[in-house]
Amino acid sequence: MTTTTPELTVPPAARVPAGTKAHTALTNRWASFAAVVIAVLWTIPTAGLLISSFRPQADVQGNGWWNFFTNPHVTLDNYRAVLHGSDTDLATYFVNSIAITIPSVIIPISLATMAAYAFAWMKFPGRSVLFVAVFAMQIVPIQVTMIPLLTLYVNPPFGLPQLAGGDAPGGGFYTIWLSHSIFALPLAIYLLHNFMKEIPAELIEAARVDGAGHVRIFSRIMLPLMMPAIAAFGIFQFLWVWNDLLVALVFGGGSLDVSPLTVRLAELSGTRGQDWHLLAAGAFVSLVVPLIVFLAGQRYFVRGLLSGSVKG
Amino acid sequence: MRRINTRRSLSALALVATAGFVLAACGGGGNGSSSAGGKSPGEGKPECAQLTKYGNLTGKKVHVYTSIVAPEDQSQKDSYKVFTTCTGATVQYEGSKEFEAQLVVRVKSGNAPDIAYVPQPGLLATLVKQTGKVAEAPKDVSDNVDKWFGKDWKAYGTVDGKFYAAPLGANVKSFVWYSPKMFAKNGWTVPQTWDEMMQLTDKIAATGIKPWCAGISSGDATGWPLTDWLEDTILRDAGADFYNQWVAHDVPFNDPKVAEALDRDGAILKNPKYVNGGYGDVKSIATTTFQDGGLPILKGQCAMHRQASFYAANWPKGTDVSENGDAFAFYLPVTNQDNGKPVLGGGEFVTAFNKRPEVQAFQTYLSSDTWANEKAKDTPGGGWVSANKGLDPNNLVSPIDKLSAETLQDPNAVFRFDGSDQMPGEVGSGSFWKEMTAWIATGESTKDALDKIEASWPKS
Repeated sequence: MTTTTPELTVPPAARVPAGTKAHTALTNRWASFAAVVIAVLWTIPTAGLLISSFRPQADVQGNGWWNFFTNPHVTLDNYRAVLHGSDTDLATYFVNSIAITIPSVIIPISLATMAAYAFAWMKFPGRSVLFVAVFAMQIVPIQVTMIPLLTLYVNPPFGLPQLAGGDAPGGGFYTIWLSHSIFALPLAIYLLHNFMKEIPAELIEAARVDGAGHVRIFSRIMLPLMMPAIAAFGIFQFLWVWNDLLVALVFGGGSLDVSPLTVRLAELSGTRGQDWHLLAAGAFVSLVVPLIVFLAGQRYFVRGLLSGSVKG
Repeated sequence: MRRINTRRSLSALALVATAGFVLAACGGGGNGSSSAGGKSPGEGKPECAQLTKYGNLTGKKVHVYTSIVAPEDQSQKDSYKVFTTCTGATVQYEGSKEFEAQLVVRVKSGNAPDIAYVPQPGLLATLVKQTGKVAEAPKDVSDNVDKWFGKDWKAYGTVDGKFYAAPLGANVKSFVWYSPKMFAKNGWTVPQTWDEMMQLTDKIAATGIKPWCAGISSGDATGWPLTDWLEDTILRDAGADFYNQWVAHDVPFNDPKVAEALDRDGAILKNPKYVNGGYGDVKSIATTTFQDGGLPILKGQCAMHRQASFYAANWPKGTDVSENGDAFAFYLPVTNQDNGKPVLGGGEFVTAFNKRPEVQAFQTYLSSDTWANEKAKDTPGGGWVSANKGLDPNNLVSPIDKLSAETLQDPNAVFRFDGSDQMPGEVGSGSFWKEMTAWIATGESTKDALDKIEASWPKS
């Protein structure tokens, strides 16, 4: 019962020729050249943004970032203004972003792995109908749910406690966590279900014969095997929540004490947009954390992208 | 198997129930009368005279939601200190640039703030009519507004005969920015009539400098500076009464008088000899952001830029904005003497969504001359003015704010609120912006542009 990587389920014979073919195609000189050109083209806007973030206000407003090379002025004023420009320090928003993101990643993943297990390996009446319903939920856009969902939070049915509004407890974090979880679950369940279905039935049957119940199978066999998929979805969800502005604005509303970094970024340019030269620096400050997360979990990310799709 | 499941769901139920009780215990709240009773902390202080009757509000909070964000929000927050000393209540300030959209979402879902500073009378009317959740202003506020503001201002806070919202700040849009130093150096003088302004324009153009610069790009709102141009010339050519009819759609949007006014703007904005100083040809107006539109004035590449008083915030730090400095504004001259001295402007309105005593006390405070002067003193950087007649212009720090206050308080001034903010959304923040942009960017004719806007007016 040690961990088995899912790659073993793919017949090795089918993979080698495809891999070799891809290898020869991609090590072609022209292909490499094209790849380098594309990479450079893709990086230019980001590089421009980085350069802009260090240019003084007059330069940013006067001409484009490429003038930096003929007229190099470097300043840290933009970063200083971003970090300490408002009466609430940027660190507060940073902590808020983390406080919002971590539960908003953990809650849907815990629920979705269990739901995915039930959909994949437990037989109960109406399973297919329910699964299709969950799957279909993905096409509901967030925007149409905003007013109804917020109304539910403010005036919950069945005498449930109020979650949003002036008298709500917790200052607004609950609603953000809950909303992110609600919006993430359909995709999470679908993705993890597809991944779980690929695990060979023999493994589970063997575990059954050994006397393991659903809980044991789930925790001892499924969870270790699913780690790549869980990590991949975790990164997905992390990036989505970290970069989210809409959900935080609508459901977290009421006080800046619970606002994430994105809210501060959106306000950075001032009431009439007069401070737009700060935006480049702000973008780079907020980029740091997702960049670290992405680089740390990159290999899961690619694997996870493939996990929902049909495998060859 | 079964047993485990049952036990699990039972414990889950218990957990949910416990959480419910705990959360319910934290909830609750209620409505109050218009006074909280008790001895007000402001008793005996002259600046608190109007607020003591609301009683002791210590520990109460007023949640304010606005579109004014950092760094301009600091002076707002500072100006509430007197309110806190007088009543004990604190103000929880929340500014968001997504205010207009978010406010409607919050109010519709029952999560309205206590007070919102609504910058458009049109939005106020929508909120009153569609949600029914806007609280009527208390008598103190109404009396204050009668005393300190003009009738026209009170009318903008009134919907269907009921007075809801008192004016807060204001801005003056009928300004032309110029460089006093540049004018002095070349011997140019500030024009007093439209004809003089056109003669000056020709004179400047003859020197090789393009006299005017403009920028109308502003994200989703691209085109709005041109709506101000048009409104200003309508007020000057056709008068304030016609303007009211035009805004209310009692006359068609494409009335010949409107076309005449727009052609007057076109004589400047569509003449390649006159625009676009520092940026290029006529079309570059559409791609220049409004924030950058007037900056060539500082480099001597452009002489005049028509933009509101709040453009003061867009000059780079260190620019001397004063009568003899690097940048200042003059009143956009009138085309004829028959229509008085029309002033186009904008402002915010204090809209309340409930009637708790601390909320009403705060509304009263904001509508008083005490607050207006307090706010002026708390705005050392300038960039704020109010139409409140009790505001002493000497409390204003920056010369441009003084000029704005004097313009607003001028007894001959005929104030009119920005028309596009009062029109239905489909026009005021839709086709009007779009067609004005096309009028500049694609060279669309005046007639076509106005006809298309008229066609887009919602049929009711």
